[in-house]
Amino acid sequence: MINNDIKIGWDRAEMAQKVALDIPDGSYVNLGIGIPELVADFVPEGRELIYQTENGLLGMGPVPEEGKGDRELVNAGKKYITSIPGAAYFHHADSFTMIRGGHIDVCVLGAMQVSKHGDLANWSTGAKDAIPAVGGAMDLVAGVKRIFVITQHNTKHGDPKIVEECSFPLTGKEVVERIYSNLAILDIKKEGLFVRELAPNVSFEYLEEHTGAKLNQYLKTQV
Amino acid sequence: MINKQVNSLSEAVVDIFDGAIVMIGGFGEAGSPIELIHALIDHGAKNLTVVSNNTGSGHVGLAALIENKQVKKIICSFPRTANSTVFPELYNAGKIELELVPQGTLAERIRAGGAGIPAFYVPASVNTPLAEGKESRMFNEQEYVLEYGIKADFALVKAETADRYGNLLYHATARNFGPIMCTASKVAIVQVKKIVEAGQIDPETVVTPGIFVQKVIEVINPADESKLVEEEMSYP
Repeated sequence: MINNDIKIGWDRAEMAQKVALDIPDGSYVNLGIGIPELVADFVPEGRELIYQTENGLLGMGPVPEEGKGDRELVNAGKKYITSIPGAAYFHHADSFTMIRGGHIDVCVLGAMQVSKHGDLANWSTGAKDAIPAVGGAMDLVAGVKRIFVITQHNTKHGDPKIVEECSFPLTGKEVVERIYSNLAILDIKKEGLFVRELAPNVSFEYLEEHTGAKLNQYLKTQV
Repeated sequence: MINKQVNSLSEAVVDIFDGAIVMIGGFGEAGSPIELIHALIDHGAKNLTVVSNNTGSGHVGLAALIENKQVKKIICSFPRTANSTVFPELYNAGKIELELVPQGTLAERIRAGGAGIPAFYVPASVNTPLAEGKESRMFNEQEYVLEYGIKADFALVKAETADRYGNLLYHATARNFGPIMCTASKVAIVQVKKIVEAGQIDPETVVTPGIFVQKVIEVINPADESKLVEEEMSYP
């Protein structure tokens, strides 16, 4: 019998909070469009992160009050933002010098698929009638020091997004370090996928059923 | 005496010829030179190759230029935007060519074009469909793909402030591709909200030095693209 009172897994805010906890104080961070944007709401007190948005701002602040937005002050998702005291504006070549040049510490991205090797697919399903659009994703995965993925564990249709090999066109090969899903946090190592943390009421077996790739458990001493 | 100020939008774009390569600044509407684009629609030059990050929204600005069948090819990183229907329809009908480029590679290709660098290697897109058919090479045991600099005949750019020498200041994230597009084009045409006397821009704060700019036109109250899209305006 199903008990509807038992919540399985984390919600989006909890996932974002898990990511935020793992970003060290003083990091320069680029957040992708969508769920990754929520990470900024959960930075622990006493930690300072500087957010870069690839359309030309280091020191991105929160969303402005309703009606106070500036059409020329937007994030990569083209939504209104603010700049913090101490922020800097720059042009696109400088922005990607920061990104490709390895100056950004952490990037948090969404995913369509992630493979057990850390291959990421997040820009195209490869469908023939789809308009291909890549934005800055390929530059980010090629240049940022640490790539975290935040994603639902499965698609709306229940298909696994974490797979042995991506079937969608890649954004980058062997680029993802860690996956934060609604069911678990997974580390990607040379030896494969390792479960770092299980979400509430998710067993290893349940996670295995919802994952399209082999999962490994850390020995207690490895964590 | 050097004076790059022109007095009308039509004069600003008059030299743009059929088949020209035209860089158009902006990241979405931020920095999009909508009055200059509309002047180019009035001017009517065709078979243009446009270099721009996006493909415009609604039926104004860049989307209107495309809808008016003046663009044969677009070099772009993200041709999908909210309210973007013009490009997808023409693309699916095979009536416009797309060269899809990762955003950072697009920026660097423009920067390189302006800096006299014909080609360079980048790590972005390695092992993806966007690297197919491109030369690659190993450096320090990592693979890179060869990308080419882009030069343009014209750039249409929006900035905040200019002087008669063409020195430019920008506003917030509207800067985006403007400075590099000015460097990579033979004729950079810039619309600004304000033209000031030479000397009123602090040399320490100049973002685009005037040598990269050929024409400036004052557009005191540029249109609000989102508002035009909301109101379902179309140009012309």
